[in-house]
Parts: sequence; C-alpha cells; structure tokens
Amino acid sequence: MRAVVTVIGKDTVGILHKVSGICAEYNVNVIEVTQSVLQDMFAMIMLVDISDIKGDFSELVDRMTALGTELGLSIHTMHEDIFNSMHSV
Amino acid sequence: MLNVYNILETIRMIQDECLDIRTITMGISLLDCIDTDIDIACEKVYNKIVTKAGNLVPVGQQIEKEYGIPIVNKRISVTPIAMLAAACPDGDTVKFAKALQRAADTCGVNFIGGYSALVHKGFSAGDMALIKSIPEALDVTQNICSSVNIGSTKSGINMDAVKLMGQIVKEAAEKTADRDCIGPAKLVVFCNAVEDNPFMAGAFHGVGEPDCEIHVGVSGPGVVRAALTKYPDASINEIADIIKKTAFKITRMGQLVGARASELLGVPFGIVDLSLAPTPAVGDSVAHILEEMGLEMCGTHGTTACLAMLNDAVKKGGVMASSTVGGLSGAFIPVSEDAGMIDAAVAGVLSLEKLEAMTAVCSVGLDMIVVPGEITPETISAIIADEAAIGMVNSKTTAVRLIPAIGKKEGDTLEFGGLLGSGPVMPIREKSPAKFINRGGRIPAPMQSLKN
Repeated sequence: MRAVVTVIGKDTVGILHKVSGICAEYNVNVIEVTQSVLQDMFAMIMLVDISDIKGDFSELVDRMTALGTELGLSIHTMHEDIFNSMHSV
Repeated sequence: MLNVYNILETIRMIQDECLDIRTITMGISLLDCIDTDIDIACEKVYNKIVTKAGNLVPVGQQIEKEYGIPIVNKRISVTPIAMLAAACPDGDTVKFAKALQRAADTCGVNFIGGYSALVHKGFSAGDMALIKSIPEALDVTQNICSSVNIGSTKSGINMDAVKLMGQIVKEAAEKTADRDCIGPAKLVVFCNAVEDNPFMAGAFHGVGEPDCEIHVGVSGPGVVRAALTKYPDASINEIADIIKKTAFKITRMGQLVGARASELLGVPFGIVDLSLAPTPAVGDSVAHILEEMGLEMCGTHGTTACLAMLNDAVKKGGVMASSTVGGLSGAFIPVSEDAGMIDAAVAGVLSLEKLEAMTAVCSVGLDMIVVPGEITPETISAIIADEAAIGMVNSKTTAVRLIPAIGKKEGDTLEFGGLLGSGPVMPIREKSPAKFINRGGRIPAPMQSLKN
C-alpha cells in the first residue's frame, strides 16, 4: 500500500527534512520524491510505502496537515488508490 | 502509473473546484420492525437504525482522511414508513418521525429519508394517515425527509393524491412559517420514484432492495465547469467529450469511496448516483456550466438544449466508471441550492416554465422553487400534475419540491441556510386550475408505442 504526500508553498529551510522525519517516525518508507523550486515556490510530491505503518494512517494525515499549518504550506496526504482509480480505466 | 500531472489535477479538483462526495447513504429495510403496537414498532425502528448505522459517520470520516476527499453528508434512507404505519392504524404516525429523529441524533447523520408513501395507483392502509401527518412530522423534526410517489409510467397519475399533496405542501409551509417555511423543503412529490436514491429529500429504501446497503452520490459541477473553461472555442461535440471524461473521473471516485465504505461497514455496495449536484457555494453551480457553454445567463433560449447535452454526457462518462449505477443519475437543477440559478431567477431570466422544460431533459424536476405565499393548494397540485405528466410520458423520474413562502410575495427571498441555500419568490400564473384538480380520479397510464 502506498500513499502520496504533496507539499506546496513558500520555500523554507528543512521542509523535506521535517516531512520525511514524520514518515520515519511512523515507519513509512519514502520510495520516490520529485521536487521543484520555481522562484521561491516549493512543490514536492513524495510517494511513500505505508504497508508497515506504525499506528493509524489517519494519524499520519493529521500530523502532516498540522506540519503544513505550522510552516504555512499546503500538505496533502492521500492514499494512492484515489489517483489510480481516477486516472486509469 | 502515477504521474505528477494526474496527482496535481486530483488535488486541484478537490481544493479549488469543489469536488466532493456529496453523500454516502445507508439504505436500511425496516420491514422487520412492523408491529401492531406503534410504540414497540418505533423502538424497533430506532434500535435497527442505530445498530446498522452506528458506525456510518466514523467510517465516513475515516474515508475522508484516507483519500483526502470531503464527504459532505452521511445519510440514511429507510423503508417507506407508510408500510409500517399500516400495521398500527390507531397510532399517531408522527411517533415514527420522532423515532427517526432520535436515531438521526444518535448516529449523527445529516438526514434520514423515508417518511414516505407510494400511492401512484391508490391509497392502501397507512398511506393516508402518513400523508396527513407529513406537515406535523416535518414541523417537529429537523433531519427527517419525506416523499410521496403519486404517479408512474406504468400506472398513470393518482389525481386524488395530487390534490391531497397540494394541500399538504401548503400546510407544511404554514406550520413552519416562522422558520422560513423549511417544512416543504424536506418534502418531495415524485412521479416514477426510484428505490435506491441516495439524495435527499427524496431518498427512501425500496422494498426490492436488500436489508442494508450503501449508496454513494457524487458531485462536481465546479470540476466540469473548470474543464470547459480551458476550451473556449471547442465545438459542442468536443464539449460533450470533455464532460464525459470529467464525469468519468468524478464517478470513479464515488465508486472507490462506495466500495471502501461497503468493505469497512460490512454492508453490500448498492449504487453510485451519477449526479451533478450543485451547492450554493461559489464555483459549484450547474447553471454556470450551462453559461460556460455559451449562454449569457441560465434560463435564456438554448438552456434546455445545453442541459440535455450535459445530462447525457454525464451519464455516458459515469456509466463506464462504475459497476453499479443507479439512483437519479443526471444533473440536478435545484434553484435555491445553485448560485447561478438564484441569480438567473432574481434577474427574471429563469422562469417556472423554463424550469419545467428543463426537467424534461435532466435528472429530477422542479426542485427547491420558492413560490408566493398566497398560492392556492389547487395551483400547487396543478404544478405537481404538470411535472408528473412529463415524468410519466417520458418514462423518467420527475419531482416537485415547491416552497410556498408564507406572508411573502414576488421579489422577496427565503433564506434556508447551509446546502439548501436561499430562493427568490418566483411568479406563478394566477388563473385557477381548481376545477381540474377537484375532479379527482386517475390519469390513465400512457401509450408506450407510437411515440411522437
């Protein structure tokens, strides 16, 4: 099972560190990261493996959302199924 | 395979274009709750609902978190209560409404639908008592929805029931006049009602359905409109294709959420209702889609054609996306719940007559239309009869949800708040149809061949 974490907002020091830190805390492995910084806007999409997650997925979602609020970023954590079902026949 | 563009598209649809799951609705059969003692029956109803649907709201919230998609409403539909009321003719039918309200409060759901009667061919035991109790039931409860089916293509239109419903709608408005006449906003009069509708106020759990099941109603007018804005010069068949593709994506999400809810609740998956259901929120309007297609304002000439195309394209895209499609499926045009419709009605461009024409090619009917308070019950009945005739002859579901604005006249507005929005009082014809309505009887079922 995999999930997608997207982070969009103003670039600051340590975004990747903090997001992946939460992943590590929940035993969630980061599989792939694409990121770009255009002027000072930061956009990152992270594919993570949640098969061996410690605790609830919804807790992870809450933590990420809280981090987003703290850093002034928009962070979405969603199960990959929603993208797969919406974009493939 | 996941790609960045698709991921960002999904997030944009949810964040900026008001994409959501409008409702997950649990259908529950109450046939095993029938009892000759109304108090025992009510207790059974309460117990069955809270046992089956106790987890509905937490499961809905869990899915919202998992997929990051808002599920706006969690609802319940039940067996038409008239069938339960039939067993206890001496009881006060409103007790059932109160039991349903208690169950809604316990489960934390937004609405329970099914304070209903099916009288398209005639009244059986329980039907009359239930219909007569509707105004009081809607007055003393907040989250209970009522519907009455008064006609069908196979049986014709029960004009006695049509006459009665004109009086009931008016009475429901009078009883709740102090709350912006909210009563009739929770009451739908149907022709060809469907048994697996997840949308309120017309949801009930048909007798042909299993004991318990989960239905999903999707939404997303904002997404369709946003998709169209990218192609300002496309021809109409290109637009139809864009709508189909968008409807596919929206419906896939409904299918995913329904399947997950069914798995988590241990209840069979019923249907996905392929609907474009507007809300009063900015950017969530069906009228604005029609305007995006090239109408200066919804309600002008050309509106029926645009809506017909939209409705058909939504179905074509959605059918491919879901294994089980049902419910009402199509575009909804509730006036007070759609920012674009409200504007068009206020501007006088969208009239009752145009809405009636639109209902011949779209999902439901004359929905959430505010009419002057002095409207007579006979005129309400005649509007119901007109709309039912469209449904009967065209083998489709039509419905009427009119709100007589007691003490108000053309130019005034009723404010319901929330998803129900606000509606301007729309003008009606003043000549009386009373003699026609008072004849009673039944309009015979129509021919099904020699179609022209």
